Amino acid sequence: MGNLLPKLPLAQWVEAFVDYLDATFGFVFDGITAAIGAIVNSFAFILALFPSWLLIILIALLAWRRKNVGLAIFTFIGLFLIDNLGYWTNTMETLSLVLTAALISVVIGVPMGIWCSRKDIVQNIVTPCLDFMQTMPAFVYLIPSIFFFGLGKVPGVIASVIFAMPPTIRLTNLAIRQVPAELVEAADAFGSTPLQKLWKVQLPIAKTTMMAGINQSIMLALSMVVIASMIGAKGLGADVYRAVTQIKIGVGFEAGIAIVVLAIVLDRLTQNKKKRNK
Amino acid sequence: MAKIRVENLTKIFGRVPHKAMELLAKGWSKQQILQETGCTFGVNNVSFEVKTGEIFVIMGLSGSGKSTIIRLLNRLIEPTAGKILIDGEDIVQMNGEKLREVRRKKLGMVFQRFALFPHRTVCENVEYGLEVQGIAKAERRQKAIDALSLVDLSGWEDRYPDQLSGGMQQRVGLARALASNPDVLLMDEAFSALDPLIRKDMQDELLELQEKMQKTIIFITHDLDEALKIGDRIALIKDGAIVQIGTPEEIMTNPANEYVEKFVEGVDRSKVLTAGHVMKRAETITLDKGPRVALQMMRDRGVSSLYVVDKKKSLLGVITADNVVEATKRGDQTLEQIMETTIPSVAPETLLHQMFDLVAFSQVPIAVIGEQKRLLGVVVRGAVLSGLAGKVNDVAATTAEDGQVEVHG
Repeated sequence: MGNLLPKLPLAQWVEAFVDYLDATFGFVFDGITAAIGAIVNSFAFILALFPSWLLIILIALLAWRRKNVGLAIFTFIGLFLIDNLGYWTNTMETLSLVLTAALISVVIGVPMGIWCSRKDIVQNIVTPCLDFMQTMPAFVYLIPSIFFFGLGKVPGVIASVIFAMPPTIRLTNLAIRQVPAELVEAADAFGSTPLQKLWKVQLPIAKTTMMAGINQSIMLALSMVVIASMIGAKGLGADVYRAVTQIKIGVGFEAGIAIVVLAIVLDRLTQNKKKRNK
Repeated sequence: MAKIRVENLTKIFGRVPHKAMELLAKGWSKQQILQETGCTFGVNNVSFEVKTGEIFVIMGLSGSGKSTIIRLLNRLIEPTAGKILIDGEDIVQMNGEKLREVRRKKLGMVFQRFALFPHRTVCENVEYGLEVQGIAKAERRQKAIDALSLVDLSGWEDRYPDQLSGGMQQRVGLARALASNPDVLLMDEAFSALDPLIRKDMQDELLELQEKMQKTIIFITHDLDEALKIGDRIALIKDGAIVQIGTPEEIMTNPANEYVEKFVEGVDRSKVLTAGHVMKRAETITLDKGPRVALQMMRDRGVSSLYVVDKKKSLLGVITADNVVEATKRGDQTLEQIMETTIPSVAPETLLHQMFDLVAFSQVPIAVIGEQKRLLGVVVRGAVLSGLAGKVNDVAATTAEDGQVEVHG
């Protein structure tokens, strides 16, 4: 069979399409690059305002407020270890990349999810796109990212957003669709406008499930940001990457520990709050 | 005047409802239409009127389309055809904005499973309708507190719905519907999810509230006892169409067809039938007659007691055969001397189940008296039993209503 039909020039087509985009919308990409760069830098700037010990205490306090003493202690020890091993600066760099990617995922993903929940046709179009975004090997996003946005942080963030956004869209859509039909009926029966229904009934009830999606997006963003170090996004990923290429087991382990600590702290902090006490 | 008038309301579920409408107009059967188009009839050409201040019950079994009808009334479900006139305005023709206005101001709704917003406190739930109207915080809170006190829930304002029992949650649902003071309440199986005892309390409370508020209420239920208890009029629904509309008595005593008959079979008739329905003609005598005449009359008619009335048929007392026999032995000359004036009596609208005691232990038939002590008829034990068995004395029922009971003697 394969010999009867000449190979489809899919690779050439994709390249031609990307060339066309770059030639036509170059200025758009430049704008996006500038904007994302600015966001990453502001996060980095804010995080750098605090000395490491103060930030460690603040994050530990936050962990205590949101969860419990156990997480606060873990946070304190874990972050202190990172600082002690000398990975603080890179950790903060990774954190600002993750925060940027997560922020963009939420800003785009939540409205997308709401739109999907309101129109079946949108859901039917978006769902296969999300499947595609999630199953395509993450590395592949790096290539067009480099092409449009050059090397460095920005393509890393873009690739992370593409990889991390699907759970937010999916779970926002699901969460709103799962709001019990009778509550939606009640909102309608009392004369809510569609916007009032969304703000006063659907989103508050969907919040828990939506937060689970956002939490997932943050975790995926972290994993992608590490991979993105291959195209020059700095941070902990760069340390891991260097350790792998130079077969430095010790350094790889240290950087790995730092990533794990950051992942656990981010995950627990963005998980749902304890339930309201009765 | 009719508060709500529904004309030829139809709802067809499916992909091509209007094609189904055309086929229906051509005289196709529902079965044919289902096969041809895949469309089913939720509600089929329903018309009725609801008067101001009336409790109109729509009752039917599950799947009969009753919940669809109530949702068509505030267009939670879009009608396929027909008119719904509320205060003369057809809401089917309204645009989104006007429809919202009607929903906010005129229609309150109570749901079967309460449908309270779990993230809002009791008070915030009750405020919801006012909140979407843009009423200021302080004012709507006050109105919500008033509505909550109406349903006996003062002091629970700041709890969350899941902290309340089912009955209390439905009171919140009722308060939420009442808060914006709508003319019409739509109650969709409002008490069906409650325990039987609490359901009964809620029914009583609704009737009590209704005394004060005089809302126009459309109440959906699958429970005939509930329908008979609270309904001023009842519409029986089957397969999306109305089988019979009437007062509880009309439906009980005069079922339109076999379906309704089967439906009302299992009902506790003692809570629907009244003394007026089962009473028999009274055997009476006037005061100017003597004891011997009385005795003769009893023999002739085969009864053991006679009711004594004056010329205007007002009830004076009762004489029994034993009294008369003793009187003749003693030589008493007038009935006045021997008649008993403490007589068991009821009004014609007294329900049977309220007079079981009286009937069981009374030596004489129970007198049914109307205005100015007019004797309308009597209730004997046998009549109560046959009434419960479904045999209603139609003649007595109609004549009692007309106030034209013929009294012999």
